[in-house]
Amino acid sequence: MKEKLIEAVLLGLALTAILSLFVITAFILQAGLPLLISYGPWRFLTGLTWAPTEGEFGILPMLVGSLWVTVGALLFGVPLGLAVAIFAAEYAPSWAAVAMRPAIQLLAGIPSVIYGFIGLKILVPLIRDNLGGPGLSVLAGSLVLAVMILPNVIAISEDAIRAVPQTYRDGALALGATHWQTIWRVVLPAARSGIVAAIVLSMGRAVGETMAVIMLVGNSLRLPISPLDPATTLTSNIGLEMGYASGAHRQALFATGIVLFVLIMALNSLASLFRRRPASA
Amino acid sequence: MDRPKFEIRDLSYYYGSNRALHRVSLEIPANAITVLFGPAGGGKTTLLRLLNRLNDLVPGTRLEGRILLDGKDIYSPDVDVPALRRRVGMVFALPLPLPMSILENVTYGPRLSGLKNSKRLLEIAEKALRGAALWDEVRDRLHEPALSLSGGQQQRLCLARVLALEPEVILLDEPTSGLDPISTAKVEESLKALKKNYTIVIVPHSVQQAARLADVAAFLLMGELVEYGPGPRLFTRPQDKRTEDYITGRFG
Amino acid sequence: MRRLWRLNPRTVDRLVGGLIWAAAVSTLLILLFVIVYVSANGFPRLSWGFLTGKPQNMGRAGGIWPMIVSTAAISAMAVLIATPVGVATAIYLTEYTRESLLTRAIRFGTEALAGIPSIIFGLFGFVFFVVYLGLGWSLLSGALTLSLMILPTIVRTSEEAILTVPRAYREVSFSLGASRWQMVTTVVLPGALPGITTGVVLGLGRTVSETAAVILTAGSALHLPRSIFAPGRTMAVHFYILAREGLSDNMAWATGAVLLLSILLINVVINRALVALVRRRAVR
Repeated sequence: MKEKLIEAVLLGLALTAILSLFVITAFILQAGLPLLISYGPWRFLTGLTWAPTEGEFGILPMLVGSLWVTVGALLFGVPLGLAVAIFAAEYAPSWAAVAMRPAIQLLAGIPSVIYGFIGLKILVPLIRDNLGGPGLSVLAGSLVLAVMILPNVIAISEDAIRAVPQTYRDGALALGATHWQTIWRVVLPAARSGIVAAIVLSMGRAVGETMAVIMLVGNSLRLPISPLDPATTLTSNIGLEMGYASGAHRQALFATGIVLFVLIMALNSLASLFRRRPASA
Repeated sequence: MDRPKFEIRDLSYYYGSNRALHRVSLEIPANAITVLFGPAGGGKTTLLRLLNRLNDLVPGTRLEGRILLDGKDIYSPDVDVPALRRRVGMVFALPLPLPMSILENVTYGPRLSGLKNSKRLLEIAEKALRGAALWDEVRDRLHEPALSLSGGQQQRLCLARVLALEPEVILLDEPTSGLDPISTAKVEESLKALKKNYTIVIVPHSVQQAARLADVAAFLLMGELVEYGPGPRLFTRPQDKRTEDYITGRFG
Repeated sequence: MRRLWRLNPRTVDRLVGGLIWAAAVSTLLILLFVIVYVSANGFPRLSWGFLTGKPQNMGRAGGIWPMIVSTAAISAMAVLIATPVGVATAIYLTEYTRESLLTRAIRFGTEALAGIPSIIFGLFGFVFFVVYLGLGWSLLSGALTLSLMILPTIVRTSEEAILTVPRAYREVSFSLGASRWQMVTTVVLPGALPGITTGVVLGLGRTVSETAAVILTAGSALHLPRSIFAPGRTMAVHFYILAREGLSDNMAWATGAVLLLSILLINVVINRALVALVRRRAVR
């Protein structure tokens, strides 16, 4: 009798996660959907003008801004992260591999606002003085985001690389391949799906990051063309305007939230699809 | 002769579509050592684990037939399984002390049933450890981790842990398989002393051990009970050719 | 033609090896740089008065005592709410059920929750806890929102920790007459405790460093919160406001240093727990 009760309580608590997901989805939709429908989803997604006081809610510049910043972050973050993952799994002497873990964990633990402010103090002037433009730019955001997604890229790809059976490596090495040839031709292809998952998941992280991006991209509502242009992202716009928005304006921010939510869910589903696939040669 | 402790009637058991036991009928007498022996894969361990319903934990299994303990079906729905397991204790093949102190291991069962009085617990522990011939070796180190004991001591600790439940039946699954000959002899001595008060069912780890211990012996081959009867008779004059072949070492 | 510029594999091997070492070293240097930069800018401005004083003039002067209190309160509450739920979820998934549609739904929910960006949690916390439940901008709203954010971390680490407890221990426990719940409390939880601790501490770190979700749910009031229903400003939010609005770089860095120090301390605790876990395994 007591056992049945305990089991029921545990089940109830275990349902919290799926229940909250449901409630989160419902409330975000309820807060943003009315405007999205009345304004028109297509107009909302492709409009170039965001002018809440005039009732204009086009988020294309933010979509492009998010895309730019994310692509930039991947461009810098993925090669570096992958290299570190390969280091940790294939090159590092055991003491170094052991030392890397807490370091990477710490890198992930540093608050995004701190990354943002350091970027603001160091990268922004550097970009402004050497490359031109206002400094607050897509590039600044990308570089800092690249550092912020590093732990993710490293941890997931390292797991994928370590999951490759040792016999694969032995086979290649026995045929006279060099260490790098073995990694490049055998290990990485076998770990491919895990690495893709790492990239897609990091993409989600980059799209979703808010505070550091607010501090770095300049928050211009114009469509960014060059990496040196300032921009606004989906997240930074919500973060900046939520504090004072009301009425249709607030609804429009929630509608932006819906777009972001759908985008992230799609990316994460894609990632878990890749992640489930077992490593194969 | 008194009523048998266990009556196993027409028992068949399946793991998925794999048949592990086929129409086994067997009576296990009280206050005696019953030995279940035979080659690997014969269903000995499965049969043993069915006697205290430990195989309930294995998914995808099916049981036909009945197992009666003192005349009552232990698989009937109203049975209190934890209580059954306290009546029918189990010692595993490998010594498996829990990661606690020696005393905590021995008193684990009584504490589960709600006993908290530490003086009483200590009495139970002493009695159980004496029963397993371990008391003299550990009386001064009851609070040390059980994992600090030697393999043979650990296995006797596991026996003591079962004795502390004051069960009616003790099941042992190759309890000496990991032990040296001296420790094995000590465990066997304890078992012979214990059979006055308990019903013991053991899967031995060799034919020699089977012959040394058996009051009653049952020979299991590929899930079927080939032959069973009084130990001395079965090991000197087996009635089935297959039993004879196995005992004399022609296969298995 | 191709052969001409093709490099000797041995040369390539050395070259790439060098690059990979360089990548690892530069990653560590980035970490080191962040720590040193924040420390160098922040620690000289730290003082006892800064830690225990009230902020003055919007935070341009004075201290951060109310922020320390708000941070501690929100983080503690979030962890206290998320831990029982997360551990219970892990226990249910590992000990009480076999893989089924239900467990897949629970896992999906947990995984999806883990992927949601903090700004979305902020939006949700705002419409749900602040407005719909009428909790207002408050420490409680912030803590409830954060507890959902860290729930997946706690579930995952607890589940992993529980799975490291040998199956045989469960059998022994059952064979000695334990009910399932007794087995869980006497064998599984003690064995999994170090791993569970790691997850909880990891979650704690996330609550301390989170900004976007907290600012939308707990607000940014400067004064000391008197109850869990009062709004409050965490250190991370304070740092953000000082830094972004250019109120005072000095005060921002000093706050940042305290924030970073807290994170470092929390991470040290994690490593302690990991070491404990490794030791336990060695004993077995």
